[in-house]
Amino acid sequence: MVWRRSEPAVPAPVAVEPQPQAPLAAEQPFEIAPNDPLVAYLQAAPGAVDLARLDLDSPAIQEMLAAGVTLAIPLIANGELVGILNVGPRLSDQDFSADDRRLLEQLASHAAPAVRVGQLVREQQVEIQARGRMEQELAVARLIQQNFLPKELPDLPGWQLAALYRPARAVGGDFYDVIELPGGRFGLVIGDVTDKGVPAAMVMAATRSVLRASAARLHEPGAVLARVNDSVCPDIPENMFVTCFYAVLDPASGVLRYANAGHNVPLLHTPTGPAELRATGMPLGLMPGMSYEEKETVIDVGTTVLLYSDGLVEAHDARREMYGSARTASVLAGAPASSQSVIDELIAGLDRFADPGAEQEDDITLLVLRRGDGTLADFKLQSVPGNEREALSRVAAAVDGLALSPERIERLKTATAEATMNAMEHGNRYDPDLYVSIAVRSDGRRVSVSIVDHGGDRDIPTTPAPDIEEKLAGRQSPRGWGLFLIKSMVDAMHQESDGSRHTVVLEMTLEGGSDDADKP
Amino acid sequence: MTQTSLEALTRQAGDTLVVELRGDIDGGAREALGAAYDAAGPGVPVLLDFGGVGYINSTGIAVIVGLLARARADARPVSAMGLSAHYREIFEVTRLSDFLTILPPTDEPGAAT
Repeated sequence: MVWRRSEPAVPAPVAVEPQPQAPLAAEQPFEIAPNDPLVAYLQAAPGAVDLARLDLDSPAIQEMLAAGVTLAIPLIANGELVGILNVGPRLSDQDFSADDRRLLEQLASHAAPAVRVGQLVREQQVEIQARGRMEQELAVARLIQQNFLPKELPDLPGWQLAALYRPARAVGGDFYDVIELPGGRFGLVIGDVTDKGVPAAMVMAATRSVLRASAARLHEPGAVLARVNDSVCPDIPENMFVTCFYAVLDPASGVLRYANAGHNVPLLHTPTGPAELRATGMPLGLMPGMSYEEKETVIDVGTTVLLYSDGLVEAHDARREMYGSARTASVLAGAPASSQSVIDELIAGLDRFADPGAEQEDDITLLVLRRGDGTLADFKLQSVPGNEREALSRVAAAVDGLALSPERIERLKTATAEATMNAMEHGNRYDPDLYVSIAVRSDGRRVSVSIVDHGGDRDIPTTPAPDIEEKLAGRQSPRGWGLFLIKSMVDAMHQESDGSRHTVVLEMTLEGGSDDADKP
Repeated sequence: MTQTSLEALTRQAGDTLVVELRGDIDGGAREALGAAYDAAGPGVPVLLDFGGVGYINSTGIAVIVGLLARARADARPVSAMGLSAHYREIFEVTRLSDFLTILPPTDEPGAAT
């Protein structure tokens, strides 16, 4: 009996099981190749066929005859040959009569649909098992990926970092990493392992670990990639390799040194236009002893750097057109306000572009670095008594996370409150229709708070330096402490007027920014 | 006006008038602080307890200076307790601390109980 349908498009062998009642020699099912002429013959045969009378160049017939089959009755369901009812010689050694044949043909016509149902159930079971195994493998691959991607990104004052990893259903071998290095530097990594699933995830995990270890020991990104290449070469499975871009950022100076092992060229958008971070180098794992070109650039204020995987630029729309790097660059050129909004806009653009009915083809990984203009907060306050408290709490929130001790934050809060009071009182005369503008900025070395009022057309009031003994003796007003407090609390204070606005700038040096950081 | 009010509760501790301050000390504190000061007559020492104070600004310092000027005229010693490290620093840079005694935390009445 045939257990599997022969699919013309997929030449699978047809298994034949001996008819149990007949005295057949073979006890195990044997297989009929789908291109055996017997298959085509039985597909068109009107009924029972005497195998010995067939003149076909058919290995199956030879095999069946040798096994003792004399009569083959095709099992046809929905016009398709789904099996063969094989019958050996009659026990009486007489030929099968016309009645015998009709009976066998009737039996075959009833059996064929049942055989087909059995085949479908079996096919489905096999498919479910295979799918289960595949899902399990995908779950493992996803687990590996998730465990080897950064849980959170470091906070770099004056810089914005954002990342996205969106796996395809089949989970590719994309990865990214941000590595804290000595001297306040950071290593930025993006990579892609060819292949998918568990093997790719395991190569990714190994590459990432080797890269982390090498980055801790070697300063130069080219040397790091060369070391990683030599480490992964002996063990990487055949036909698999890893593309990887690695850069070392010094956040204080903005200097970025980088090398590239065949990965997509990162894109930049600078205040003067688009640029790329090109450096040559072979993918990792192809052959040992490779060297990697190393380049250096300075990331200026207002520049955005995009590291991405091919899942982004090679995504297709319904007409099989690729998303491409030009579309990607145009999103960057739109100057999104933050690193996160670069990612949001790229993904929104990609989702609009991609064929909505199609599955995501490959992993998409994005790592965006942006050097902000250092603005941590920018707000306005009405000139209403007491609003200085709002100013100090918002400034305190803005500098949270900067390298300022709690004591120095308290000093900055007091100076901010006093300068805001002066701005509301002397600059804006507590006119509730006039606002005080406050901006907090940091360049990574110092933080500044600028407080702007509308009193630029008036002279800055001069008060004598407060002398408490004079005040206690009633020879000086008990007031007049504001400017003195401001100057006592911050590292530097300067003020300027432009005819309409008066600006006071308070400065505090961040820890590590200068030797006199502890100056009161 | 969004200035917060100051609460000044007075109690006698031995021969000292303890003024427990709660709230913010800004220009609006003058009345409450003055009334508390007036709760005892000339010569009675005043202890200002800043433990419940979260914010002192320059106009608040002017109020304290005014109080110290009165105390000097009334020969009433003034001391302070419960100041945060930041406001202790401000009392030092303004030299308020030269004219009132800032009690170390262990000397504050009730610190040992």
